[in-house]
Amino acid sequence: MINIEVNGRKVGAEKGEMLLTALRRAGVKVPTLCHIDGLTPTGACRMCVVEVEGQRGLVPSCAFPAADGMKVRTHSPRAVQARKTIIELLLANHPDDCLYCVRNGNCELQQLAEELGVRARRFAGDRTRHTLDASSPSIVRDPAKCILCSKCVRICEEIQHVSAIDFIGRGSRAKVGTAFDEGLNVSSCVNCGQCVTVCPTGALTEKNQIQEVIDALHDKDKLVVVQHAPAVSVALGEEFGVPEGTDIAGTMTTALRWLGFDRVFDTSFAADLTIMEEGSELVHRLKNGGKLPMLTSCSPGWIKFVETYYPDFLGNLSTCKSPQQMMGAIIKRYFAKKEGIHPSRIYSVSVMPCTAKKFEAARPEMAEDGLPDIDAVLTTRELARLIRMRGLDLTQLPPDTADTPFGERTTAGKLFGVSGGVMEAAIRTAHFLVTGRELERLEVEAVRGLDGAKEARVQIDGIELGVAVVNGLGNACRLLDDLRAGRRNDLHFIEVMTCPGGCIGGGGQPMTASRAAIRARMQALYHIDSHEAVRRSHHNESVKRLYDEFLGAPLGEMSHHILHTTYAPREALV
Amino acid sequence: MTNPNSPEVIPPLPPKVEACPEVLRWLVDADSIPRDAEARRFCEERLAELRRDRVVRPAIYVGAGTCGLGAGAQATLDAVRAYLDSHEIHADVVKVGCIGLCSVEPVVDIQLPGQARVSFKQVTAEKVPGFLDEVLSGRLPEAMVLGQHRHATLTAWDDVPYLDEHPFFAPQTRWVLANCGLIDPARIDEYIARGGYAALWKTLKEKTSEQVCEMVEASGLRGRGGGGFPTGTKWKFARGARGETKYLICNADEGDPGAFMDRAVIESDPHRLLEGMAIAAYGIGAGKAYIYIRAEYPLAIKRLKAAIAQAEAARLLGQGILGSSFSLEVVIKMGAGAFVCGEETALINSIEGRRGMPRPRPPFPAVSGLFGKPTIINNVETLANLPLLAQRGAAWFSALGTKTSKGTKVFALSGKVSRTGLVEVAMGTRIRRIVFDIGGGIPNGKAYKAVQIGGPSGGCIPTQHLDIDVDYESLKTVGAMMGSGGLVVMDEETCMVDVAKFFMDFIQRESCGKCIPCREGTRRMLEILQRITRGRKKEKGIEALERFQSVLHLQSLAESIRDTSLCGLGQTAPNPVLSTLRWFRDEYEAHIYDRHCPSAVCAELVTYSIDAEKCKGCTLCLKKCPADAIVGTLKKPHYIVVEKCIGCGSCLDACRTEAITKV
Repeated sequence: MINIEVNGRKVGAEKGEMLLTALRRAGVKVPTLCHIDGLTPTGACRMCVVEVEGQRGLVPSCAFPAADGMKVRTHSPRAVQARKTIIELLLANHPDDCLYCVRNGNCELQQLAEELGVRARRFAGDRTRHTLDASSPSIVRDPAKCILCSKCVRICEEIQHVSAIDFIGRGSRAKVGTAFDEGLNVSSCVNCGQCVTVCPTGALTEKNQIQEVIDALHDKDKLVVVQHAPAVSVALGEEFGVPEGTDIAGTMTTALRWLGFDRVFDTSFAADLTIMEEGSELVHRLKNGGKLPMLTSCSPGWIKFVETYYPDFLGNLSTCKSPQQMMGAIIKRYFAKKEGIHPSRIYSVSVMPCTAKKFEAARPEMAEDGLPDIDAVLTTRELARLIRMRGLDLTQLPPDTADTPFGERTTAGKLFGVSGGVMEAAIRTAHFLVTGRELERLEVEAVRGLDGAKEARVQIDGIELGVAVVNGLGNACRLLDDLRAGRRNDLHFIEVMTCPGGCIGGGGQPMTASRAAIRARMQALYHIDSHEAVRRSHHNESVKRLYDEFLGAPLGEMSHHILHTTYAPREALV
Repeated sequence: MTNPNSPEVIPPLPPKVEACPEVLRWLVDADSIPRDAEARRFCEERLAELRRDRVVRPAIYVGAGTCGLGAGAQATLDAVRAYLDSHEIHADVVKVGCIGLCSVEPVVDIQLPGQARVSFKQVTAEKVPGFLDEVLSGRLPEAMVLGQHRHATLTAWDDVPYLDEHPFFAPQTRWVLANCGLIDPARIDEYIARGGYAALWKTLKEKTSEQVCEMVEASGLRGRGGGGFPTGTKWKFARGARGETKYLICNADEGDPGAFMDRAVIESDPHRLLEGMAIAAYGIGAGKAYIYIRAEYPLAIKRLKAAIAQAEAARLLGQGILGSSFSLEVVIKMGAGAFVCGEETALINSIEGRRGMPRPRPPFPAVSGLFGKPTIINNVETLANLPLLAQRGAAWFSALGTKTSKGTKVFALSGKVSRTGLVEVAMGTRIRRIVFDIGGGIPNGKAYKAVQIGGPSGGCIPTQHLDIDVDYESLKTVGAMMGSGGLVVMDEETCMVDVAKFFMDFIQRESCGKCIPCREGTRRMLEILQRITRGRKKEKGIEALERFQSVLHLQSLAESIRDTSLCGLGQTAPNPVLSTLRWFRDEYEAHIYDRHCPSAVCAELVTYSIDAEKCKGCTLCLKKCPADAIVGTLKKPHYIVVEKCIGCGSCLDACRTEAITKV
């Protein structure tokens, strides 16, 4: 521990830690536009500059290590003026269309301009002309609003190891773009949307499907069905001032009804169904010498990543569709029949913490006779917007329960929302499938938590299984490289989630969530698991009925036809 | 003193060395020459031959560096060869590098047997036959003579001035450029014959790496690439840094407009750089070195590739250098020619295969640089100083120069000056001496206005400070900097606002785009300068107000960019404006308030008028004017309607009676 002097007061700091960290701990807020906790500081935005005695220019606190006795002035007139100038310079090249911007009200640039008291346009001049890239089914890029903070570039490279975007061009013509400046749809982008969640402005947004949904809701010929993913209900509240980590599944269900959805289903039901299929598939592979380790297939960003970068592992992927797509298939092919309407009259919406789900829903594998299983995917953020648009006050709405039969879920299905959840749910059911006995202790602590890579050894009937859980594609990369090199022959089952922390940290979740917020979402899911009675997917009565009435048995012919699929290698430009 | 690295047993040199292999060793290491008289004589003869102390047939040296080639040296070379062929004359034709006097290229030297070598200027291809007719028959065409080379044993020409007394060369102290234009840069043995690689030998034999760092520190050598950081101190950081693997990088990414020092050194004397690199790598403990050079220097790259291969074959690079335990691999890394890649951390990114963008410092490259390893980046000129420094010692080196700046500095002198080229002067030389003595002053009787030193990041030096010394600290006092060595002279016809605009345009295009103040700020600064130089007629709506408003913010914007930018490029980006604003504020004011360009350069602010006395009424200007701004009838004086004039200058070009003036 060392001492530094901040604005004339003594403040403790760790030796070598960056000034910004020490300042934040001391309660001094220094603004920044490019800093991401845990990633290499880039020092690009220069917003966090402070005066350090003995230094010629201003220094960026995000990239300047604290040293004993250092004297720092964070808000000297010189530092404040520099910050203000930077914001003014950014605004001089910004479209200035806040009123029309999806980030109006939660834009970091807007907020800093306000905080620094920018009240006049000091620099007038040319604005760089850009083309909007709406080619991706998941993400829209508007380079005109981009301030080149490089957060998206770094998260794509350092966390996800995808590197679909980088800087192109020099000087004032510099911009963030894909290889050869092509559309995002033909790039190696996996649509995870992590870039969207860190973007300080409206330069990166999800592909908005709100209007399509509104149109369907007003179409009298359509039966509009909605499903919501496990990680949505524990994050949506943040958009409405509800404390982080509050599960508002009940009020959300009411809100969805008020919005006009004819049926409200829970994707966690399909997660339970997935566990029945995937658990059976794992057991089948173990017993019949199938390809191991088996890799989970619920995360669509991960699927595209394997197709693009690790096609040699396509055979390891579970053939199960994701819960969203299982639900979609069941709704259009079973529920429609039950309701006695043609599937084309059903409009199936899903609310997901994810932008890649939009891409997944549009995959040719996910349709029958040209009819997509899912018609529209809304992110958590879009649902929040829709709710605001309709003037619904979530704090006042009474809670409600989802519709039968696909509203019933176990806590195992709900756990899908957090990294390690699929694994826990699968172990609970696989144990039963193999031994016919229930697992006694349900929690597998080793695969819980926000760590990027977790492992456990699980005993089932005297057989030891090696399981691993990774989240964030960078961590997946490292594990796959080990597998490829033959260093990890002890693993049987691997859960991979594209986004750090799993779906709770998904690219469709409320913006700029702190790590604490993601942790709170996680704890909300664990709380549900520990406080409800039905905690095993194979105990879901509606799932059992579905097998009895329609599917037959897990991995049976009907399941094979509508709940499973395969993937093929995919080429990307770079 | 024993040195663990000291070469003990010297293995025989591989046979493929271009030089006579058995003597190569003797040449590098004088102690190893056999005692017996015959071998000694043989060795000395070979040396003399390589130094061309004696030639048995005429030797014709053609300066074929990039600058020479640009002036037609290849055609000259072809013409020389054709002449020799057709006249059946046996002569050696040697392609040498650049002697430095660019304004008189192509330079050709002739050395007739027994006589001193003489340099001739502007030997273009069409002059070659006549020129060779005369010279080979012993007559020197006086108008073309540049000067004869001083030599201890060869017979001097009567009535031919010495090259070292030529006003361009006399004030210079040529350490780094010592061999440039004299030796064949494609041959390692010619370098060795002039004492090359002896310094490396001596260093490996006599000094520990620590002592090398100490020597460099004691010499006062400072980085010649622009920053001026003490080289030895920087080395010590890397030497003391943890880790086995360390890297040396030679920064040859010369990007300043008007700077070509490094290119000339590499093209003309590549082994000096390689020897310097080997000494530096030994000092810091690096086993691998990169030369980062822009791909647009093809000749320099070709020379380097050849030189590295020769040095490796001679075991002067590669595994077990000169039989010692010190090894060095030298790799050439070609850059795509981004200005910012001259910045250390951007350069490192570029070598790593990333986009050339600077990283925040700390960590400094000396601690964590290339691939996260301790890395020392030195400029070409800094490294090229090392052989001489190591040979003669720190005390000798530091004897030349000022209190804080030691040794020499190479400049690329260009612009409005009579003699342009590469000059190397002792630190402490006055700028006036460089411009007026070496450069020969301003041509066409014009007056001096300023010299831009240090490229776009530097500053300008006005008349009142012409007597300032070439010295890192002195230059800073007038808002300039040493920089890498660009020296662009401007005369009274140069508009300083226009100069600032030129440099801002360069910088805003070459900014990497990473940090906001540099990317956005330099662009706005350029726009402000464009507004200042804009004519009133083109202003619409609130543009006049914007112009005035932006003038108010010019200086504060410049200061914010300097204060907050990430790398040296950004921090110095506003210098052209700050510097010209400091010394030529009156010019800015004339542009801003009077909408007048005193030097009549800024097209939109220039007005033309016709002197009725001189105008003969020929109507030529009237016919050429694209804006119908000239009124007049045949044989009567014309006049210009200022409101219509667009300032294109066609009338001025058309007028045959010099009746039109530009103000």
